[in-house]
Amino acid sequence: MYAQLVETGAKRVKSLDEMSPEERAFQERIDAEIKIEPKNWMPDGYRQTLIRQISQHAHSEVVGMLPEGNWVTRAPTLKRKLQLMAKIQDEAGHGLYLYSAMETLGADRDEEIEKLHNGKAKYSSIFNYPTLSWADIGTIGWLVDGAAIVNQVVLQRTSYGPYSRAMIRICKEESFHQRQGYQILLDLMRHGTDEQKQMVQDSINRFWWPALMMFGPHDDDSPNSQQSMAWKIKRKSNDELRQMFIDQTVPQLEFLGCTAPDPDLKWNEERGHYDFGEINWQEFYDVLKGNGPCNRERIATRKKAIEEGAWVREAAVAYAEKQKQRAAA
Amino acid sequence: MTDTQLLQSYLLRLADSDMILGQRLCELCGKAPALEEEMALMNVALDLVGQARNWYEYVAELEDQGRDADMLAFRRDAHEYRNLLLTEQPNGDYAVTMARQFFFDVWHYHTLQSLVNAPDERIAGIAAKALKEVTYHLRRSSEWIKRLGDGTEESHRRMQDAVDLLWRFTGELIQPDEVDQQIAKAGIGPDPEQLRDDWRGMVKAVLQEATLTPQPDDAWMYLGGKRGEHTEHLGFILAEMQFLQRAYPDAKVW
Repeated sequence: MYAQLVETGAKRVKSLDEMSPEERAFQERIDAEIKIEPKNWMPDGYRQTLIRQISQHAHSEVVGMLPEGNWVTRAPTLKRKLQLMAKIQDEAGHGLYLYSAMETLGADRDEEIEKLHNGKAKYSSIFNYPTLSWADIGTIGWLVDGAAIVNQVVLQRTSYGPYSRAMIRICKEESFHQRQGYQILLDLMRHGTDEQKQMVQDSINRFWWPALMMFGPHDDDSPNSQQSMAWKIKRKSNDELRQMFIDQTVPQLEFLGCTAPDPDLKWNEERGHYDFGEINWQEFYDVLKGNGPCNRERIATRKKAIEEGAWVREAAVAYAEKQKQRAAA
Repeated sequence: MTDTQLLQSYLLRLADSDMILGQRLCELCGKAPALEEEMALMNVALDLVGQARNWYEYVAELEDQGRDADMLAFRRDAHEYRNLLLTEQPNGDYAVTMARQFFFDVWHYHTLQSLVNAPDERIAGIAAKALKEVTYHLRRSSEWIKRLGDGTEESHRRMQDAVDLLWRFTGELIQPDEVDQQIAKAGIGPDPEQLRDDWRGMVKAVLQEATLTPQPDDAWMYLGGKRGEHTEHLGFILAEMQFLQRAYPDAKVW
């Protein structure tokens, strides 16, 4: 899940009676589960919220390549290297179709990327954590892609057509990544040396809480959720999704033979869910404000790539222009 | 040298060149000038490392000493590597990245064109799959040479600088040594004179279209990769690429 704390601009959700006829028709269409398409009328708040959410999602795919790129040059075997390269390539592809979905709303890719670079747009907090060992590549596939899937499976039913269709395609690939990630960890735990097993546990210890933070703040502290839910951009609340993720992940954790760094994590028979400890929200907000371990490096790397590539893009445009003139002559 | 040893030496050059160039492209992850290029670079790298794996597997079988493809890639030191010096050169700016790719692709394409007709079916099969991929690599890098060469003033200057910078590593692609000659004689690899003419012909045609100037045919050339004498870069490439296998030599599984 790659979008957190997306602003809707709405203080509270309007009732049908308070809406203009256009707004009302729009809301009724949403309530009837009919997808909104690019040419349909939509409230400006809906459009802006989607632009923010989809661009955030796209930025996350692109920034998310960096922690993996950190290990793609050091992958331990040919098989693992090829898998990781294919995963990174998929992520660049996801970025591309998300930016395309965003452009159907009238937004401009370059402008939105500029917002990322000057700190106005966000990307998922998770990518501000460093990848310190090879096991982190397994953990990212398993926990981070796993958390993303829980969110994105629901987003396949999101109300905006192009976003929903992008999610359907992306989900298929993400499930594959998640299985590969888990397999890395499983192989290390089953057949690895003590040092390798330690590497896995250490990696889980570092990524467990940040993965839970990916679902965003508690529902009570999520001021934009209500409007997003009414517009069916969002279909389940942060806390619901987080609980779903934990419930499906703990058995996998146990199967690995590893533990979570949470003494309060235990099955609650009565609730039919796992209980878990409180997230360190201070850390979450710090990372979102730019004070995570790698925020500065991630943005600096992306900015440098785009700035240093300016002459390349200019040349491509100039050449295309010349070709067009030659064809016309 | 027995026939099998000869074949191993030759195939290792292909495998190592694919591997090292693929590794260099991996270094660019997240740093490409546009998202479309990010995808394309990783795609080319993926093809090259995949091809390297196919060649390594065959070399390991021919060798029959209990080494597998991973051992060949991750447990040999620089002097045992047989890649072309061109492939280990740093990424530089995008003009250097593309000039390196283009010079290599032209060589790769024409080499594979011969290998698809090798009497050894295994070689022919690996080459046929690779040729499809490399045909795309060549088309792409040729396009970039033209775009950058005939784009803006700045891109033209950078592209010409890149051609001049890397030219000295291209002699190795077309100057045959004993192994190349024997492999050609066995009807496996390309005829050296043909390869040289094809390479020069195609490179010059694309450079001309791109308004770029090649260096003279008798320019000084830096040789050595094919016999394991590398530039200073390779040691660092391997230090990074082989880190885990070297740091955890007892690990059996990853």
